[in-house]
Amino acid sequence: MRRLPWRVAELVEVRHETTTARTLVFEVPGWPGHLAGQHVDVRLTAPDGYSTQRSYSVAAPEQGERVELTVELVRDGEVSPYLTEILEIGDQVEIRGPVGGWFVWRPERVAPVLLVAGGSGMVPLMAMIRARREAGSSAPFRLIYSVREPDQRFYLDELASPDPGLDVAYIFTRKTPDGWARPPGRIMPPDLAGASTDIDSFVCGPTGFVEAAADQLIALGHAAERIRTERFGPTGG
Amino acid sequence: MAIVSRGFFGRRGEGDVKLPPGQYLTHDFPVLSAGPTPRIGLDRWEFTIDTELGETHRWSWADLMALPSETPTLDLHCVTKWSKLGTGWQGVSLDVLMEDVETAAEYALAYSYGGYTTNLPLEDLLDGKAWVAYKYDGDDLTPPHGGPARLLVPHLYLWKSAKWVRGIRLMNEDWPGFWETAGYHNYGDPWLEQRYQGD
Amino acid sequence: MSIDYLDGNALAGPLGELFAVDLTVAVGTCAGCGNSGPVAGLRVYGPAPGLVGRCAGCEEVMVRLVRTPDAVWLDLRGTLSLRIPMPDDQQGG
Repeated sequence: MRRLPWRVAELVEVRHETTTARTLVFEVPGWPGHLAGQHVDVRLTAPDGYSTQRSYSVAAPEQGERVELTVELVRDGEVSPYLTEILEIGDQVEIRGPVGGWFVWRPERVAPVLLVAGGSGMVPLMAMIRARREAGSSAPFRLIYSVREPDQRFYLDELASPDPGLDVAYIFTRKTPDGWARPPGRIMPPDLAGASTDIDSFVCGPTGFVEAAADQLIALGHAAERIRTERFGPTGG
Repeated sequence: MAIVSRGFFGRRGEGDVKLPPGQYLTHDFPVLSAGPTPRIGLDRWEFTIDTELGETHRWSWADLMALPSETPTLDLHCVTKWSKLGTGWQGVSLDVLMEDVETAAEYALAYSYGGYTTNLPLEDLLDGKAWVAYKYDGDDLTPPHGGPARLLVPHLYLWKSAKWVRGIRLMNEDWPGFWETAGYHNYGDPWLEQRYQGD
Repeated sequence: MSIDYLDGNALAGPLGELFAVDLTVAVGTCAGCGNSGPVAGLRVYGPAPGLVGRCAGCEEVMVRLVRTPDAVWLDLRGTLSLRIPMPDDQQGG
């Protein structure tokens, strides 16, 4: 018996997030549902049988048999160029999941939440923000979203008018919008400092970013067991 | 059966070069790792050959540099299916290192800084088939690719070419290494496509 | 510093192919140093030639997982124990 079968997934909707990233909505018959923060494996197979797979975080909470991913182009990657530039409405891939019960936010949880995103690490955190909205949760959420440049932000419109109780802050590491107070630079302890350390933290991004942010949170007095991390490795693409 | 994704072909070169079965050609040099990349200072680096009789032969970095080296051009075949052809190396042939080693052992276990191990018959290290290499493409071998020095046994899948090599143990019995105890083939001949146990 | 690893979360898919419970939320104890923590917190190297999960404390290998065409090889010799949460409703109590 296969515990976790591959399912056929058909692309039904595309939304452009940035010049190099797009959100792909798949219809996956038999999809068992998922929690905010979980990821899926995507498998591509060529006509001669060659196949390869990658993991992607789900960008939206459970919505029937729909599975929504946001994929950023990795220039010399093998899978992301296909998903961001070639795949069209009606095309099929295979999806397995959901997987990962650790890096998840459950709507019944009322504790305040700190979300720390680096680059495309925003994706599973957006699923949490959307799950909170859908559940009508009043758990206080604070998002700190680090990107290189302003035009690399995902979900810009949606985050421009945040839900009540959701606080959104951006960090730009290379170029800021005009008149931005904080100079460009990597995440620092003052970016993460807040009123309370009695919160659940979710940190997602490239390995180096996650390492730095998690270390800073611990130095600020956060308990390690309340910091959950998800690293995007170098083997992506 | 897997469904085919329209327009997906994978990142595999096409061409007429003769590759082992199931391999595709790559021009970059992928880095695979099973652990953190060890950083070994040349002042404390050493290479040893331990025999089945309990004899130890030891080389410091300066000792290794003083030995005659070769500059082989080699084809590399990784079990993860990429092959890279015509790579240029500089290193010391195992024949040179084994010159004064007295042994009747049939098996060798290469071991590395960081704890990696891989096993192979001793004869696969001899007669110009293997090197301890310290330069790639004219430059010092970088840590991600196994520097300061790695084993090179190019006629076997690349996992046999232990990165960060620290020594070779000669034994009367075969002692399966890190990947060989976890499903990979004990010998690993790419031309026979010996990827996994049972192949 | 080496930053070329993933979290134990990356084991969720391959382990999910084998087990009915999500082992990434289990608490594993390292046979090397005795540290305990969620499998999701391991440092995972791979995915090829195989997945290698190392203790975040001492970097000993706790899990190795290799997918061959017709089998999965799972080596847990570096894991002293796994504590797997079981919700009440699954115990029939």
